[in-house]
Formats: sequence, C-alpha cells, structure tokens
Amino acid sequence: MEEKIMKMLEEICEDEVVNEDRDIDLFEEDLLDSLGFAELLVRIEEELSIVIAPSEVKREDMNTPNKILALLKERM
Amino acid sequence: MSFYSGITFFALLTVILLGALAIGGGARWRRIYILAVSVLITGAVLIKSPRQLVYFIAYFLLELALVKLYGRIRRKYKRSAWRYRLFILFTLLPLIFSKLCELPDFREMGWFQFVGISYLTFRVVQIIIEMYDGVIEDISVMNFCAYLLFFPTFSCGPIDRSRRFEADYCRDYERREFLELFGTGLLKLMQGLLYKFVLADIFYQVMTVFDGRDFVNMAGYAYSYGFYMFFDFAGYSLMAVGSGYMLGICVPDNFRKPFVSIDMKDFWARWHISLSEWFRDFVFSRFVMLGMKNKWFKDRLKGASVGFLVNMLLMGVWHGLSLHYIVYGLYHGLLLAGTEIYQKKAGFYKKNKKKRWYRVLSWFVTLNLVMFGFLIFSGHLF
Repeated sequence: MEEKIMKMLEEICEDEVVNEDRDIDLFEEDLLDSLGFAELLVRIEEELSIVIAPSEVKREDMNTPNKILALLKERM
Repeated sequence: MSFYSGITFFALLTVILLGALAIGGGARWRRIYILAVSVLITGAVLIKSPRQLVYFIAYFLLELALVKLYGRIRRKYKRSAWRYRLFILFTLLPLIFSKLCELPDFREMGWFQFVGISYLTFRVVQIIIEMYDGVIEDISVMNFCAYLLFFPTFSCGPIDRSRRFEADYCRDYERREFLELFGTGLLKLMQGLLYKFVLADIFYQVMTVFDGRDFVNMAGYAYSYGFYMFFDFAGYSLMAVGSGYMLGICVPDNFRKPFVSIDMKDFWARWHISLSEWFRDFVFSRFVMLGMKNKWFKDRLKGASVGFLVNMLLMGVWHGLSLHYIVYGLYHGLLLAGTEIYQKKAGFYKKNKKKRWYRVLSWFVTLNLVMFGFLIFSGHLF
C-alpha cells in the first residue's frame, strides 16, 4: 500500500525526489499545486477507495509524502 | 451607522473590545458576549433601512432552516446527489435574487438586497457542502448564529470556515494566551486604520489626478487605483481580523503582499485569500475532480483550463452583473489557464524559472497584468 501511494505521488509530481526525501514540502517546492492536489484526491478515491474532500484537510496537514502516508494509513 | 466608518461605530467598537478584555478568554461568557454584541451591531447597521432588516431576518431564518433540514436529510439519505444539489440551489436563491435585482428591469423589486448577503451566502454554502462531504454532521443554533452574525466580518469577510470558527468560539483560553491574542489584534486593528484612512486616502487623491484617456493617464490611473484598492480592502480586512482576534476568534488573513507575486497563480494566493481559497475548495477543485472522474476532458490540462475559466467567471459574476465585472472574471480565468498551460508545457519556463533575471521579469509582467485587471475592474475603461 505504501508503495502504491508513493508511485502515485511520483506520477503526479513527475519527480522521483518525492521518494528520496519524504519530508519535502510538496507545495513549497512546486511539486504539487491546486490541480495536482485535485488529481491526488481523485486517484486516492479511485485506487484506494478513501474519500477525502478538497476542503476537509488543511494543506499544511497534507504537504509532505510522510504526512500523506500517515493520513491515509489512519483512514484505511 | 455603517461598519468601520464614522465616530459612532468606532466608539462602540472601542467599548465592545474593552468589554471583551474585561470578560477574558473563558468560553462560557465570551460566547454569550460575542453573540450579544454581534446582534446589537448588525441590527444597528441594518435598521437604517427597515426593508433591509426585514429581508435580512427572512434570509437568516431561511438559511438556518435549510442547514438544519439538510443535516437531517443527509443523516437519513446519506450522499444523495440530487437532494444535495437542490439544497445548494435553495441556499443560493436569495443571493441570485439580490443579484438579478441589480438589473435595470428588476431594480424596483430589490429582493434580498442587504449589506453582506454575498459573504453570508458563502459561509452557509460551505456548511451545506461539508455536510454532504460528511465532514460536518450538525451545527448548533447558537454556533450557527454566532458564525453568521459575527460582526467584525459580517459585511465583507474575511470568509471564515465554520469548523475553524467553532473551535475558536468554544475555546477556553488561558489568561496569558488571550492577552497575547488581544495585543496582536490591537496591532492589526491599528495597521488597518493606517491603511484604510491614511494610505488608501492618499492613493485615492493621486487617482483623481489622472483623468485623461491617453496611455500615461490610463497607466497612472490603473496603478493608483490598484494601490488604493489594496490599502482600502486590506485595511478593512486588517480591522476585521484585528477585532476578531480581540474577541478570541483568529479570523484568517486576507492579503499577503500581493504586489510581490511572481505569477498569476501566486497573485491569487496572496490577494483576497479567503475568497480565492473558498473558490478553490468549493468550485475549482470540485469541478476539476468531477471532470477527471467522468472523463469530460481529453487531458488534465484541458480540464484545469476550463476549471479556471469557470471559477473566475463565477467570481466575476459574483462581484456584480455589470459588463466590466464579467470581463474581469474572464480576463483572470484566461490568465490563469494560460499560466497553467505555459508552466506545464514550456521548456523555456522549466529551464529558467529559478534564475534571478527570469523571476524579476516574471514579477514585472505579473504586476502589469494585475494592474490592467484593476483597470477593467474599476469600470474606468468601459
């Protein structure tokens, strides 16, 4: 499951750096923007059946690969 | 009396904030106090026109009923899409009426036209959408009243979110914590006064100098109008945020140095933040996600471009039904879509985006695009 999420992130951000540094700030580093974030939420819903609404989680709580992993594990 | 103008309002505000200091950070009395002073102030502002007050009361009761009713329906029928859409439409109806009544043919009706209706509607729609999402189960009548009536942000925002507001509203602050918040609020309030009543005024004076129709005059008007708009609205927002803090509610900031933006997306992350984040969360993201799920567009970029256009056009129409507001929305929609496509596709951008000369150039172009946008918005152009 962790692998699946990381692969998804890598595809959306189009950069392998997300795998190398899992505490990287995805918004600060221009790896994720509003569009990428929406794409991430759709793929999480379609591939993992976890529904997260765009206004539900603050960006600060979903801005690094580690935070995303932790949030999704909690929701499984 | 009007919000944030005139001696009566500011005298009353001073008394109210001193009262808040005396009551302190404990939730029990603070909650009652906030609600009581909010009813008092909004009532005193709206009563100027009894017709306005009647429309407001009708609006308020209607929206309260809709929220309570939808909460029940959501619990019973779960995520039923048509019921949800129907309730969104009902929630928006008064705002739609009030906008339509701006048109010459309907002007006499003036339905639901009262100070603050559009900002109130944003907040109610947020509650309904998040109920559908399953993020909000219910909201108590007292919290709903306080959230909607909260006088510092009643007329023009910043647009808070109900879950965030409720957390602050029901919070028991330690004495020191509350005093710190009060101090920060006071500074923001002072900064707001300076912005709105000194700096905005200066730029307004400058603006009137440029009354010709040639390029230099137009450019001068655009720039001075842009700075006037900023100091006026950022000043108002700071006063609202500051008063909020002093009552123990950390209202979100609305501006973050918008004139240093290096592209249009950056600009909308810094200008009227609470509005653009509202549109991002409740219009753009949802539209784009719906498009992706239902495969409306061939690729992501097309979906995003249409998303930006829809988003900004709606924001333009929300400002008013005049032609210059609609063109303003369209203009920003096109700019955002263009920025998105350029940044995703152009090798030139990817290669140079971190270089100093590129950033300076990009900042300069952005600033001028922004100022031209203000010129459209001002109605001075057409």
